[in-house]
Amino acid sequence: MTTLTEAEAPPPLAPTAPEQKPPRKRGRFTPYWLLLPGILWLIVFFALPMIYQASTSVQQGSLEQGYKVTWHFATYWDAFSEYWPQFLRSVFYAAGATVLCLLLGYPLAYLIAFRAGRWRNLIMVLVIAPFFTSFLIRTLAWKTILADNGPVVHVLNSLHVLDVTNWLGWTAGDRVLATPLAVVCGLTYNFLPFMILPLYTSLERIDGRLHEAAGDLYARPWTTFRKVTFPLSMPGVVSGTLLTFIPAAGDYVNSELLGSTDTRMIGNVIQTQFLRILDYPTAAALSFILMAAILAMVTIYIRRSGTEDLV
Amino acid sequence: MTTPDNSGDVRLSGISKTYDNGFTAVQPLDLTVPQGSFFALLGASGCGKTTTLRMIAGLEEPTTGTVHLGDQEVTNLPPYKRPVNTVFQSYALFPHLDIFENVAFGLRRRGMKSVKKQVEEMLELVQLGEQARKKPHQLSGGQQQRVAVARALINHPKVLLLDEPLGALDLKLRRQMQLELKRIQTEVGITFVHVTHDQEEAMTMADTVAVMNAGRVEQLGSPTDLYENPNTTFVANFLGTSNLIEAEVDTKNGDDIVLKAGGGKLVLPKARCAAPTTAGGKVLVGIRPEKISLTHADDAGDIPEGRNRLTGRIADASFIGVSTQYVIDSPVCDELAVYVQNVERDGRLVPGADVVLHWSPAHTFGLDAAQDIDAGTEEEAAA
Repeated sequence: MTTLTEAEAPPPLAPTAPEQKPPRKRGRFTPYWLLLPGILWLIVFFALPMIYQASTSVQQGSLEQGYKVTWHFATYWDAFSEYWPQFLRSVFYAAGATVLCLLLGYPLAYLIAFRAGRWRNLIMVLVIAPFFTSFLIRTLAWKTILADNGPVVHVLNSLHVLDVTNWLGWTAGDRVLATPLAVVCGLTYNFLPFMILPLYTSLERIDGRLHEAAGDLYARPWTTFRKVTFPLSMPGVVSGTLLTFIPAAGDYVNSELLGSTDTRMIGNVIQTQFLRILDYPTAAALSFILMAAILAMVTIYIRRSGTEDLV
Repeated sequence: MTTPDNSGDVRLSGISKTYDNGFTAVQPLDLTVPQGSFFALLGASGCGKTTTLRMIAGLEEPTTGTVHLGDQEVTNLPPYKRPVNTVFQSYALFPHLDIFENVAFGLRRRGMKSVKKQVEEMLELVQLGEQARKKPHQLSGGQQQRVAVARALINHPKVLLLDEPLGALDLKLRRQMQLELKRIQTEVGITFVHVTHDQEEAMTMADTVAVMNAGRVEQLGSPTDLYENPNTTFVANFLGTSNLIEAEVDTKNGDDIVLKAGGGKLVLPKARCAAPTTAGGKVLVGIRPEKISLTHADDAGDIPEGRNRLTGRIADASFIGVSTQYVIDSPVCDELAVYVQNVERDGRLVPGADVVLHWSPAHTFGLDAAQDIDAGTEEEAAA
């Protein structure tokens, strides 16, 4: 973390006094000097690890005999054919969490942007407040909340909600913990602020007079929302869903702490491959497949949502 | 019940608006805007004119009073149920919709299926047929303004409300759009209620002007009426320029009042005095700068009898082509403004020259001296 802040901090003031005579020659390179720390940071902490991982993914060997680059691309196919259910599960869970985040986050962001008045700052702090506690601790807390003899399960059981979720396959028996529902709930909870903040930003930017104009032109409040507010908030919806979906698809903490072996996501597989089985090539290949899949999905999504001319 | 000729009347009865923070934007107000008229609410910013307009539109809830459109009471109707449309200040065009869809918005909301013909006709009316598929930000300010007008007019509202619609345009375009709006209003014949702080705009466009100040209507009338017979110093100063001279009532002489100002006497027709006149009481005598003639002091004998006169010295003269504007210091009043047409210029009328100002008593008006003499002037607005 320290590396990040140090590297991104502006470098010591470059000698660019404007009154001096030959400012042109020196000034021309100033932008590049200013970019240098960022570029170095990207090379050291992004490009080099990527190259290293890429080379790992095409190596063969074992921990005892050492690994060698043999351009063994078959690892990719082997990894995918063995772990495609986890890939699919990751996409479903992440998509489910993203939809839940949108459904929960949109009304809240709308409230903060248009209705909160003097409570606005307080609610914003409450949205961000969970970040003051560690991600792990918060996820562990959900273990207590969803515990088998806890109040949530009790209430859901007496309302027969669990019967429905059991039928849907989201829960099993009288439990919530260690089921897909728990994992998706955990993901939703953990990534909700990443949905709310961009939504709030784009809603807050909408000119209130557009709502008045829509009302003046015979649009009822709900129509105003459908035809004016929501389309104008699309940039926030797109960035919010991306900020939720991408990290959720690669997450392993929620599945690890709130799920079971039946809810393993691709993040868990990668983690196990790297740290327990020590099969580095497979782990690296899985990482690259995940990255490529997410890139492809995101590209299609952005193209189709057509938010370019909304800025 | 409803006769067709008054369905576009706007009637405000005892309407007022006090905000939650205790600020009263509009004092209880009665106002009737007759069907088919071009009505302007004129005043400086913060005078309550926009709030009044928004209460007609339904965007602001009146604290007291009622709003009628024709015979229908609309006080408690939400905006989308009122047969009025608004042209917003800075237009409020929908940035995500193209020009065609912006104009079609109101029709579509009322469930009309085939809007193409109507929208195209309306875009022709405002000369934007070519721009139908562009987005608002691709148009110039004047074009956006016309889209805003088209978007409102296409719904055939009973009343069109315009909130400083020309405020964002440059001077030349403003003049052009003023004529354009006036043309459209004559063509479609619906009631226009126009809010503006530009007195020239209000006078060129409107049939009736209501001058507002501090949440009240100071005076209501036709532009000529307001200009010639202002009732308050605010109206006298806000519409054009007025010379206001403090004077004392001397005698009453039939239909005229004779006043003492400095050493001289001024005559004011009783009918043109908006103030109570008791002998010895104070009155503000008003005269418009273009009504005053200037004669060099040497020729004072040539001035016909029966005209009001004041003596003074030219402090400043600026030549502006059609006329010359003089500033004259007189013993009774500093900085009197006089506009003289450049027909026959007297070469002796230069700064420093002693002159006699004279005008027909019929052009004099009288105001209550208890008011702030500077109300509505530009200096006051800047303060």
